[in-house]
Amino acid sequence: MIDLIDVTKSYGQGLPAVNHANLHVDKGEFVFIVGSSGSGKSTLIKLLLKELDSTSGQIIVSGERLEGMKHRRVAKYRRKLGVVFQDFRLLRDRDVYENVAFAQRVINRPTRVIRKRVPEVLQEVGLAGKYKAFPDELSGGEQQRVALARAIVNRPDILLADEPTGNLDPKTSEEIMKLLEEINERGTTVLVVTHNKEIVNSMKKRVLTMHNGVIVSDEEEGEYYEA
Amino acid sequence: MRPSTIWFTLKQGIKNIKRNWMFSIASILTMAACIFLFGIFYVIVNNVNNIAHKVEAEVPITVFFDEGTTQEEMEAVGNLIAQRPEVARIEFESADEAWEKMKEEYFGNSDAAEGFKDDNPLINSSNYQVYMNQIEKQTELVAYIQGLEHVREVNQSEQAAKTLGSINRLVSYVSIAIIAVLLLISIFLINNTISVGISVRKEEIGIMKYIGATDGFVRAPFVLEGVVLGIIGAAIPLIGLYFGYNGAVTYILTKFNVLMGVVDFIPVADIYRTLLPIGLALGIGIGLVGSFWTTRKHLKV
Repeated sequence: MIDLIDVTKSYGQGLPAVNHANLHVDKGEFVFIVGSSGSGKSTLIKLLLKELDSTSGQIIVSGERLEGMKHRRVAKYRRKLGVVFQDFRLLRDRDVYENVAFAQRVINRPTRVIRKRVPEVLQEVGLAGKYKAFPDELSGGEQQRVALARAIVNRPDILLADEPTGNLDPKTSEEIMKLLEEINERGTTVLVVTHNKEIVNSMKKRVLTMHNGVIVSDEEEGEYYEA
Repeated sequence: MRPSTIWFTLKQGIKNIKRNWMFSIASILTMAACIFLFGIFYVIVNNVNNIAHKVEAEVPITVFFDEGTTQEEMEAVGNLIAQRPEVARIEFESADEAWEKMKEEYFGNSDAAEGFKDDNPLINSSNYQVYMNQIEKQTELVAYIQGLEHVREVNQSEQAAKTLGSINRLVSYVSIAIIAVLLLISIFLINNTISVGISVRKEEIGIMKYIGATDGFVRAPFVLEGVVLGIIGAAIPLIGLYFGYNGAVTYILTKFNVLMGVVDFIPVADIYRTLLPIGLALGIGIGLVGSFWTTRKHLKV
């Protein structure tokens, strides 16, 4: 599903943000990417999102090679991915329904499909009763659920979550992680960048640890390891 | 594009205009000013041209021949002149016709001219009247005709030709320069308006791009915004000029009634047959160029 072959990303002088990274993630896997600030986790996510281009090496996602991918093709490629951020990135002037429907409008889904799919996915993330609320009327955890609903509404192959619990209390973080796990169980490959030691240690998933741009460990049922 | 997507785009575009209404109004007003001035210059240039053409059509060059030139030789010269592209038409006037005309003009029905009955005093006055379609080439044409064989004299109204020709050129150059500057200002302002719209929606655009929106989808509401601003910006001056033109023509003709009969203004319907499509195309064009150019810079997410 995801292959990184000797991938390096440099921003100029100094150490590369990602340094000769090699990685293989199978379809349906759940992977944590951990490491201290500046270890290269977010750059890795940006490379996978094709927001950044690698300096060298090869990245293959869902059978598509990202190096040299034409700008026009990037939009189509991103439809295979769902993405969730620490700061939720919801549209403040639109209600919950519209925030989720937006992702379907962007890819040109007909209105009747949107009307059926959006309530379904809001049900999945436990927000069925709040579809008329605006983001500012919701708690952090609820906002992240909306972001998750938006990320999965188009049934992506891969879900990338960049610090999804960074702004949440422990209990809400746990709930969000549970949701991510459920999404994974339905067949979506999930990559989660996190600082949350407790969650990583409790979930017993594959853990990739990065330090100074290098993947220093890659363990099945791993633990949060301070590099 | 699905109808629902088109509807979505339309709503977004209108929302953008409302959101930055101050910039939207500024863009509309600048564009309106630009197209208004364009319209005024267009009207002036066309009317000056119209008057010039009238003069061209009404004030001919007269070509006289050497003594003893035969009718065939005169016709040969006439054919050479008629072939020139700046010549609209030529008319031949024989010596007898010239005398008849003069008699009528100066002696009326009196018998004073009877003394010349069989002896035409204008015997060498056979001439061609040359009417032009490009008055600014008059000097050139006169030089050409003077160089022809059998031609004795060429009479012309050089002053009228020169004045009209240079007014025409001056008005054209000044209008082109002013319109070019105004076009640039309009594009700059539309660019600014859209930029503000984009910075307000930068996050939204980022989210759209992450979700997999194509550049076209992201750009469409902004381009639509530009085009709507362009259409409104063109409609205001076009409507204003339509009603203003007739008023101005009436005002000029009553205030300066010396011009009555001399100056013939083009009817507003004739002006608008060209001005309306040009004005609208300008508005839409400025809107399109301004918005397309601005969004291009912001789509590289």
